[in-house]
Amino acid sequence: MTGSASAQADTPEDSATATTYAARDHARAQESAATVADRSWVPADTFPDTTDHPEGQRLVWAETVAGGGYAHKVLAPGAVVELTDLEGESCAQLALFWAGRPWERLCVADTVKVQWNAYLGAGALLLSDQGRALASLDLDESGRHDTFCGAATAEQNRERFGDGEPWSATPAARELLKLAAAKNDLAPRDLPPTVSLFKGVKADPDGRLRWTGGAGAGARVRIRAEAPLLVMLANTPHPLDPREDYTVSSLRVLAWKDRPTAPDDPLWESTPEIRRALSNTAEFLGAAA
Amino acid sequence: MSAETVSETVVPARAPWSGLVRAGQFLSIVDLGGNQAVDFLLYDAADTDLRYSAQNTVAAAGALFLTTGSVLRDVEHRPMATVTADDCGRHDTIGGACSKESNTLRYGHQAWGQHACVENFLHEGARWGLGKRDLTGNVNWFMNVPVEDDGCLGIVDGLSAPGLQVTMRAERDLIALISNCPQINNPCNAFDPTPVKAVVTAADRATEGGGRA
Ligand SMILES: [Zn+2]
Repeated sequence: MTGSASAQADTPEDSATATTYAARDHARAQESAATVADRSWVPADTFPDTTDHPEGQRLVWAETVAGGGYAHKVLAPGAVVELTDLEGESCAQLALFWAGRPWERLCVADTVKVQWNAYLGAGALLLSDQGRALASLDLDESGRHDTFCGAATAEQNRERFGDGEPWSATPAARELLKLAAAKNDLAPRDLPPTVSLFKGVKADPDGRLRWTGGAGAGARVRIRAEAPLLVMLANTPHPLDPREDYTVSSLRVLAWKDRPTAPDDPLWESTPEIRRALSNTAEFLGAAA
Repeated sequence: MSAETVSETVVPARAPWSGLVRAGQFLSIVDLGGNQAVDFLLYDAADTDLRYSAQNTVAAAGALFLTTGSVLRDVEHRPMATVTADDCGRHDTIGGACSKESNTLRYGHQAWGQHACVENFLHEGARWGLGKRDLTGNVNWFMNVPVEDDGCLGIVDGLSAPGLQVTMRAERDLIALISNCPQINNPCNAFDPTPVKAVVTAADRATEGGGRA
């Protein structure tokens, strides 16, 4: 021990945490004194800014995920998740699972192939590997997303930034998603290919990829759960982000109760593939209900 | 084939194949009939959690298509195999495997009864203890999937021809899983699934197996 520490130990009355009672008071005083912006609000309707989600919708998730952080939540069918790139430098690596049946999960290959489009936008579905819609994109103010490159790994972050471990200053998306998976009793082999939101990539005719960056501060994406959904996301730099620094800013997550897409909604009949994917989901939920 | 051939298997149309490819050995896939998509996955034989990652492969290369020099990477970004020769020039990384389930989306529920690559992967993977949770986005050798400027992508007529082949070198001991694609609703097999050949050769032999690349 250092001299000052042992001196402190000799004068417990000067320490705020020298006794169990003092330590308890010290712990309990922290919440009201906190000024941390990157945090969750529980209950979600204690989230201070009520202007940003539709009136009358009850919030079920309110969280601001720091750059280098992650979040996960189980949502009922119909819940709408709104992600906001608050300062323009967030990048959400998104993994989706059918809650309670996690072997059915986001299939990026089917998502782009079935819908004949590699670039996600409003009106696109996020498909499972079982021919069902897991979620739909209701709103897209960014237009900069990526289905090609997935989550950066610890190995890649070591090469780019010197470290990629979760406890480092430069965590890799895959390491964070492994932790989110573990908390849902899932293993690395359960992690599917992911999609990146708020940072885009385009392919040229020869298949070479070009990083297109983000759309600026304040862009929002809304994702509607079409099935019971386990959502995992990591907020980390995109693998093709050319900047030398680990550049990522806070991501706000709000979710509220709503209803799944129904046959009389315009999305249902927008394409034959979307109609059949939504029908497959509704059929499954109906048979199991 | 020469004495250096470790194994040589004709994979019937619509059927799976799997095999062990040791570090330094070469695996060649020969498109016997032409324009036959070969769905393909790799697993580290010592730790099957380490499996092919299409996204890491694409991100590291900054390119969607595979050809000579392409490095197939695992989920932790490490090299699994390197393409050493390629007659075709372009292979797909983003289209994934056909399934009975996705066929219902792509073509309608009348297509449910057709055989599909995911059935092959599940059947063949079970021999190695691999199950549903172990499937992921795969390579499609000989399959042509262009991406337009607006993002429109799709499986179009192939660039391959009878006898063309692709060869890769294993960077460690690998389990290779093949589905000789049975799809008949799009041009990935020229609407006519045909046999392919899988050839494993010893280390110093197979570089000449890749043809004109
Ligand atoms: Zn197939």
